[in-house]
Amino acid sequence: MRRWASELGPPLLGVAALLLVWGVVAAATDTSSIPGPAAVWTALRHGFADGSIPEATAKTLIRLAFSFAAALLIGTALGLVLAAFELARRSIRPLVVALQITPFVAWVPLAVIWFGVTERAVVFVAIAGSFPAVTLATLQGIRQVPPLYVRAGRTLGATGWELQRSVVFPAALPAYMAGVQQAWGFAWKALMAGELIVPATGASGLGHLLDSSQDVASLLAVVAVIAVIGVAVDSFIVGTIDRRIRARRGLLEPT
Amino acid sequence: MSRAAIETRDHPAGAPASPVISVRDLSMTRTRPTGEPVPAFEHLSFEVERGEFVCLIGPSGSGKTSVLSVIAGLERPSDGEVLVDGRPVTGPGPDRAVLFQEPALFPWLSVRGNLDLALRLAGVPPEEREEKALTWLTRMAIERSADRQPHELSAGMRQRAALARALACDPAILLGDEPFGALDALARERLQDIVQSVRVERAGRTTFVFATHNVREAVLLADRVLVMSAAPGTLLEEFRIDAHRPRTLDDVLIARVVSEIHDLLISQVEEG
Repeated sequence: MRRWASELGPPLLGVAALLLVWGVVAAATDTSSIPGPAAVWTALRHGFADGSIPEATAKTLIRLAFSFAAALLIGTALGLVLAAFELARRSIRPLVVALQITPFVAWVPLAVIWFGVTERAVVFVAIAGSFPAVTLATLQGIRQVPPLYVRAGRTLGATGWELQRSVVFPAALPAYMAGVQQAWGFAWKALMAGELIVPATGASGLGHLLDSSQDVASLLAVVAVIAVIGVAVDSFIVGTIDRRIRARRGLLEPT
Repeated sequence: MSRAAIETRDHPAGAPASPVISVRDLSMTRTRPTGEPVPAFEHLSFEVERGEFVCLIGPSGSGKTSVLSVIAGLERPSDGEVLVDGRPVTGPGPDRAVLFQEPALFPWLSVRGNLDLALRLAGVPPEEREEKALTWLTRMAIERSADRQPHELSAGMRQRAALARALACDPAILLGDEPFGALDALARERLQDIVQSVRVERAGRTTFVFATHNVREAVLLADRVLVMSAAPGTLLEEFRIDAHRPRTLDDVLIARVVSEIHDLLISQVEEG
């Protein structure tokens, strides 16, 4: 109980401060382009009541899960190939770095040309935006494996694939997870950009809702939902897995 | 009181009857980051009999660790060769267990998991692994920590777990690269006692080669102490210690050999 209070207290204090400043600014300016927290709260309740926000959230989360799973698969596989072959690493790693620093919005027009105004275009942008981070994390994780573990594994009789499976991969996991956490953020941002720019053909996602919002209050309500989902996935899912891995190995600072 | 017979030779002895390890004219040159070659050790030849406990001792930089690395098969020599059971060493293998200075336990596995992995890699069938692991953990008095992670153990317990992992696979040779060098005095003494009793229990089954810079440790543990010179390491002298086990440092003869080796090492450091 006390632990929850000490962990959740400061972030909640930050949110409260934000609401306060926002309320004061909104009250002072009194224009329709800056609605106050109360108006946004009403819009949020309205969006939940008429089902538009839950529906869009569900649609977006399904796209996210699919895109991120694909990015993990592609990114990890490519990372392992690059880790295994030096020539491949030296020739392809710079390209992956280039992809990584390319803003994902740059992919949107290309995605539309290749896939048309479709669901697939949006998913493509999300995958292209996040898999390079996974590849680089895989490479980094494997490169940072302490040589002592590899030496120990070899003296225990592990060679080839067995050495990779029993020693190198598990030893690389903490650095890999750090990259996955970063990649998840990229996937989320890229997906929102894709949804916002590529018009909805079937069911609307949260990004589409941003585009079709009637007023500033409902627009901000959608932004709030996007932010909450981002924080929730980051700290409760990816962050929890990351913490578990690190705690098991004694890599967490005692709090 | 134990009777001790100690024989000191000025020159390395001739070949023992059935060496399990033969080090033949071994040399190794390392390259500095600047590209300049530095000899680690030169023209080293010695043999180790089956079941024997040999300690390599020398000032730091004498190449003890590198010699062990070559015997373990982790590194290749620049010249010469190492034979184990008459066959040249081409790589590492579970017949030669290694205790590193830091206990190289895998942090993602529990203590028990570490032993289980080692036994699996050594080809021990699944149904025998659990019992073997528990036997060795009990032998090292850490069976109650079997399901804890390595980082939850004290440094001494970690090194005991590493020793259990090394011995569980029933290695023909146990190599120790300053294995107790990073421990506090009490933990070090405890591990020395354990290793002494393991040496007695496994007489003739396991051969031990330890590198150390601690003269007392070498004399307590070894049947033979090989003294190496300052860099580049060569073999200076060999001390055969036939004292009964368990040995204690109070033993007059043990104390005499300790001071002899000590003086020899001091002269090396001063010349260097």
